[in-house]
Amino acid sequence: MTSGDAFFDPRAIATLAGRIREASEGLDRQVVLMEVCGTHTHAIAAAGLRRMLPPQVRLISGPGCPVCVTPVDYLDRAEALAALPGTIVCTFGDLVRVPSSRGSLEQARARGARIRVVYSPRDALEAARAEPGARVVFLAVGFETTAPTIVAAVEEAERERTRNFLILPGNKTVPPPLRALARDPQVRVSGVLLPGHVSVVTGSREFEFLPAEFGIPAVVVGFTPADVLRGVLELVEQLREGRAEVANLYGRVVTAEGNPHARALLEKFFEPADTAWRGLGTIPASGLALRRPWAHRDASRIAVELPEPVEPPGCRCGEVLKGAIDPPECPLFAAECTPETPVGACMVSSEGTCAAWHRHDRWAAGAAS
Amino acid sequence: MSRPDRILLAHGSGGRLTHSLVRDAFLPALDNPFLATMADSAVLPELPPGRPALTTDAFVVDPPVFPGGDLGYLSVCGTVNDLAVAGARPLWLTFAVILEEGLQGDLLLTFVRGAARAAAEAGVQVVAGDTKVVPRGKGDRMYAVTAGLGVVPDGRDVGDHRIRPGDAVLISGSLGDHGATIMASRHAIGGPGLRSDCAPLAALAEALLSSGAEVHSMHDPTRGGVAVTCNEVAERATARIVLDESRLPVRPEVAAVSEMLGLDPLYLASEGRILVWVAGGDADRAIEALRSHPLGCDATRIGWVEENRRGAVPVLLRTKVGGERPVDFLSGMDLPRIC
Amino acid sequence: MCLAIPMELVERSDLEGDVEIDGVRRKVSLMLLPEAEIGDYLLIHAGYAIGKLNAEEARETLALLEELSRAAEDPS
Repeated sequence: MTSGDAFFDPRAIATLAGRIREASEGLDRQVVLMEVCGTHTHAIAAAGLRRMLPPQVRLISGPGCPVCVTPVDYLDRAEALAALPGTIVCTFGDLVRVPSSRGSLEQARARGARIRVVYSPRDALEAARAEPGARVVFLAVGFETTAPTIVAAVEEAERERTRNFLILPGNKTVPPPLRALARDPQVRVSGVLLPGHVSVVTGSREFEFLPAEFGIPAVVVGFTPADVLRGVLELVEQLREGRAEVANLYGRVVTAEGNPHARALLEKFFEPADTAWRGLGTIPASGLALRRPWAHRDASRIAVELPEPVEPPGCRCGEVLKGAIDPPECPLFAAECTPETPVGACMVSSEGTCAAWHRHDRWAAGAAS
Repeated sequence: MSRPDRILLAHGSGGRLTHSLVRDAFLPALDNPFLATMADSAVLPELPPGRPALTTDAFVVDPPVFPGGDLGYLSVCGTVNDLAVAGARPLWLTFAVILEEGLQGDLLLTFVRGAARAAAEAGVQVVAGDTKVVPRGKGDRMYAVTAGLGVVPDGRDVGDHRIRPGDAVLISGSLGDHGATIMASRHAIGGPGLRSDCAPLAALAEALLSSGAEVHSMHDPTRGGVAVTCNEVAERATARIVLDESRLPVRPEVAAVSEMLGLDPLYLASEGRILVWVAGGDADRAIEALRSHPLGCDATRIGWVEENRRGAVPVLLRTKVGGERPVDFLSGMDLPRIC
Repeated sequence: MCLAIPMELVERSDLEGDVEIDGVRRKVSLMLLPEAEIGDYLLIHAGYAIGKLNAEEARETLALLEELSRAAEDPS
């Protein structure tokens, strides 16, 4: 067995599931644990972990998929930029099928827009170097994990004076929506599984406000089945004992302080800005905007004609993102809206809550018959 | 041998340049008496006894040269394999190419030699071909279109209609080597062990079919990989396929590329593997037959077929940790992701 | 969100490094982790090293998992 396999060891998993069951017997109510990282959502679905948990423990998904929370008008703007002569839009693969007002980036590409899928913001910078006559715009989405990689590419462009590399700012930070959800009476979160790789950058200390201000226990965990179950066990134990603190069970990569270089670069280029989250509305200081000295890197300053933003009618992604409803409560779920023909963003991303549920739900239907 | 430095539009005009391109680039590599006539049609001998099987395929791949193969090699293998998994013995192929103006002569030669190598390995002849040239920018270097003719010997019946509950599902080797290699090349990921599994499978299929094992159906899990192939099969066979994650052979290099780019090896293409549905009791004999051939040395059992239940998920994965999840026809697994 | 995997730093020049896992290699930027040293396992996200694996913590976690695994064999 290699070291990686230990995290998937069925015997260790079974022990953890058993301990969660035992610990849950001491609970006086059903507890609702929210994971706020789409990779957790995906890991939970992929390993079939939900079925291993006792009925007292309910897992819900928060706004942890950066694709799902990217508002329609951001995508509309990206499409409009890609249609400008001499402009190349580079994006992570995650965004290309997300519905916009006029279709999607994929459909815009079919209409002639120059849109490239890249693995890294550096690949977009490389595209700018290779075509000095073109303007290359990188779609800057993602949370604190991804945002530093984007400003690092901007920093590199500044150092070497690659003038034709721009970004369309759309990065978001995790704490503000968590704060908003903790205050939201519609959502009753008992504990939070914190995003492991966001915490690599921010440090676990960033989330101390959850227990301190709201009495909500939180745990930083990694992404293997064993990691996730250890996190669930930790939260159940804290809840049973009436404790609330931030536990770090991902100490192999997460520290209390985070990554100082990444944080310094973020601070240098970005400032907090009010920004819209699909489904959650505008959350104060939850977005990252380029500071004024870097305005020449800001593609949102390029004038483009935008359509009136069209949110898909009937789509309840917003409530799903808050964990206020489960996907099947949306009238479109599994009817008009499927992974093959997504209406809402939560169905597009493989780590979107609706996409994950779509698979789980169909499995459940099969098991019942 | 003389060959053009770069392909010109005139190479596709049917005139003297076309003729010399065929004579200098194609004929020496693909050498056989049918092609050598350069006639409008290859007039072939009578077919051996059995039912003729005919297939066609178009090939587009970026990058066109990759570790383990190239567009030419891939296009002959793909067609040979489509025949082989139908239980046919492949005999003759056609090979048409659409070239982009400006294509380097060396690259064309690589493709033609790749096609010739695959044909020689598979024991088939390329008996007819065609060349067209499109203006620069109207195509991507080279596209290939092939057709293949083979014969299913009398008494042989292989197809999804024969799949039954209790059948074992086997694979002749590791998953997704081709898909992972292509994706890695596109995103500047390298490694000496990353190599497409692209290979002609006719001899491997023949070894299996002549083993006496009751083979019900065979497929080559190309586009969409094992996941999509199993979904298609489950639909046609109206059966449920259960795969055992701990038994899926995935090479460490393929797993690493998948993790880096956010891909799932179940959805990555293979170009040199056979998925086999065989009567459960014959599974061991079939595995032994596959392993007797070098292309099947890693053959293993990865799942089984169950009775179809209404409303049930057609393809189910027993996960390593003891959970279960459906394996969807999911789209969107083919792009590198950050989340 | 955020796929990231640990890979070993095998070569570096200035702020660029070659990282490797299971025989697979890619060039990444070390701009976010300039203190990285050859032999370190780095957490790679979107072509950048964003963090470093703490070997001692990793060993402790593995030991814990082994203990959990043994606990299943011996329910006492």
